[in-house]
Amino acid sequence: MASLKDLRVRIASVKSTRKITSAMKMVAAAKLRRAQEAAEAGRPYAERMERMLTALTASLPTFQGAPVLLAGTGKDDTHLLVVVSADRGLCGGFNSNIVRETRRRILALRQQGKTVKLFFLGRKARDALRRQFSDAVVGGVENLTRNGVSFDAGREIAGKLRDMAHAGEFDVCTVIYNRFKSVISQEVTGQQLIPFPVPQKTEAQVAAEIAAGPKATYIMEPSEEEIIEALLPRNLSVQVFRALLESYASEQGARMSAMDNATRNAGDMLGKLTLVYNRTRQAMITKELIEIISGAEAI
Amino acid sequence: MADKVPFELVTPTRLLVSELVDMVVVPGGDGDFGVLPGHSPLLSTVRAGTVDLHDGGKITARFFVAGGFAEVTPERCTLLAEEAAPVAELTRADADQRLAAARKLGEAAKSDGEKQDAAAALAAAEAMLAAVQAHG
Repeated sequence: MASLKDLRVRIASVKSTRKITSAMKMVAAAKLRRAQEAAEAGRPYAERMERMLTALTASLPTFQGAPVLLAGTGKDDTHLLVVVSADRGLCGGFNSNIVRETRRRILALRQQGKTVKLFFLGRKARDALRRQFSDAVVGGVENLTRNGVSFDAGREIAGKLRDMAHAGEFDVCTVIYNRFKSVISQEVTGQQLIPFPVPQKTEAQVAAEIAAGPKATYIMEPSEEEIIEALLPRNLSVQVFRALLESYASEQGARMSAMDNATRNAGDMLGKLTLVYNRTRQAMITKELIEIISGAEAI
Repeated sequence: MADKVPFELVTPTRLLVSELVDMVVVPGGDGDFGVLPGHSPLLSTVRAGTVDLHDGGKITARFFVAGGFAEVTPERCTLLAEEAAPVAELTRADADQRLAAARKLGEAAKSDGEKQDAAAALAAAEAMLAAVQAHG
């Protein structure tokens, strides 16, 4: 049985842990709210970008000779996985879910005889995977989300991806990130960036479009090719930015619920420890009394 | 057909403007163009410059944009800009600082992609300076 002093030290340490976790929870909640607002504010841009891009790709007859960012290299041999994780831990299963999904994908792709390259956004996934797949790592960026997510960060990363695409360093580029479903649940999502996934139309949709008559065609200025040329890199930035935003919001959500749990557990533990402490204290008082009484009787 | 154009200026971080105006003048990639209600459908690149909103026969607002895209349909005009700000909020010092940063970027650029980025940054900075000088 632990002595009273040991118990007191234990209780004090659990108390301070509980203070820390509940403070972290508050911070995560505040950051989460800001992240959600940012995600909300970024939505109109992404939506309109998508609308323009769909209008454009619909007017393109074929992908022959289309830019690399749209059509890819036409091959399917080298896959670049962009893994978005957090820079810090203490956020429940957030990072390990990403790592597990990435590992699964790498192994599946290697099984099919493809080459895999890894690009890390955020420190945690890199730390977890670089030993096992050291030959596949081609780069990474850290400390992206220290002060929230900025669009410039998205643009910079998109610039790197674009340069790699033009240099022919990969054929397919997929970004893996935690999609924000709700505060308590995140979903690991893989989204293909390059080649640009054009939504496949079903036969019914095509028939409906023909029935609806020809769509208003846009005048393109300066020219269709130039617009696509300029639009694609921007779209890439937007997609990366969106993945970063979602991941950041998910991270804060995950941290908030993890810290909430930790705070509750600390509370439970404190209750138990206090109980043991009081019992021990009472047992000692009883023991001392018995000693005194039996001493008095013996006289 | 309404006699006003619903105009939207959207940046990645927020919806900056959404209002009804008589006419918008957009700095298109091939030259400025004005959008009145009932304009035929148009997709255009936008170069760095200023966007003017005209209402009631005079310019009601001026915005600096650092390049982007415009989508025009008979019903509306949407401008997607990577970056935008009301000209009134810009200062000469900001523009100068930006110009210096863009020049530095240009000197550091190595790959084709980086050179393109630097050229775009330089154009944006110059346009910003011009906007500040003309209207600031």
